[in-house]
Amino acid sequence: MSKFKKRKKGIPAVNTAALPDIVFMLLFFFMVTTTMRETSLQIEAPSLPSATEVKKLEHKSLVSTIYIGKAKDTKYGVGYNKIQLNDKIASADQVPAFIINARTKVAENEIPFMTTSIKADKQSSVGTIIDIRLKLRDVNALKVSYSTNTGTDIK
Amino acid sequence: MARRETPEINAGSMADIAFLLLIFFLVTTTMNVDSGISKKLSEKPPADYVPPVIKERNIFEVNINRNNELLVEGERMDVKEIKDAAVKFIDNGGGEGKLVDGVSTGPCDYCKGEKSSTSSDHPNKAIISVQSDRGTEYGTYIIVQNELLRAYTELRNALCKERYGMSYIELENLYKDDKNNLELKKKVEDIKTAYPQIISDAEPTSAN
Repeated sequence: MSKFKKRKKGIPAVNTAALPDIVFMLLFFFMVTTTMRETSLQIEAPSLPSATEVKKLEHKSLVSTIYIGKAKDTKYGVGYNKIQLNDKIASADQVPAFIINARTKVAENEIPFMTTSIKADKQSSVGTIIDIRLKLRDVNALKVSYSTNTGTDIK
Repeated sequence: MARRETPEINAGSMADIAFLLLIFFLVTTTMNVDSGISKKLSEKPPADYVPPVIKERNIFEVNINRNNELLVEGERMDVKEIKDAAVKFIDNGGGEGKLVDGVSTGPCDYCKGEKSSTSSDHPNKAIISVQSDRGTEYGTYIIVQNELLRAYTELRNALCKERYGMSYIELENLYKDDKNNLELKKKVEDIKTAYPQIISDAEPTSAN
């Protein structure tokens, strides 16, 4: 009996059994709210060129992205000059429609601040970029950003 | 002695495991901020537009051919040298500046260049024209654009240090944090007008 009597009861430990629940809830919250890239890439992820004089693109809702690179599906042909608008491989002629569609999603007074981000592979040719640029000029989408990594390519 | 109950599984370290997971996800999630070289395209000219006549000395011609080789002002050049060549051209200051509201801005009093009579008159008149081939690699094109922008940044930084005691980048960051500060805005505008970035893209060569 003495064995039991000796045991002193200190302050009982705080019950932490619910802590994992709280943390798991946090974890699930973050997992659910993290949005993945909305458009799936139809081209191979372009290896972007690097530059030092870069500006960050602010206001994500005002940015429309055009991808240029090599198509994943060979039925579109090979070469690094395939253009992807939204979810489809397209041609430069479809760029104005793409921009006009993007414009319907933003407020009227914000249209002049819309930027087109061109994510092109290093190995794409300038001709493709120029075609797109001319089309952008036609619809008065004058702000362009050539997406790059930060760093330098000069060896 | 009474039979012992099965002891409860110790769940104390469960929290640690969950935290570890949480932190792992927090750290590995990259918010990829899109950054790039921003450019403003020129507006579409009207059909009857006659381009203004620009003196040859005020144009810095850069050609990139389909083999990604550079021709700058008629000479072959390496990518590494183009920045210094551009700085030299922009900062030459060999003549009068352009007319603003009918008044000449006068000779460039902040230029450190050689004041040669065969190079640009004034930074606000100096035009860099990049002509590339349709077959030029995009990577090379961006490198050249970047080098030209670096030339401007270098000049702006130097002038800004001289006038306001800090580099242009620092000044711009200050302004970004405090958009309503008119004094800072004036300073930024001042440097911008002193060295305006005039990089134009000429029609590409070869239609194929």
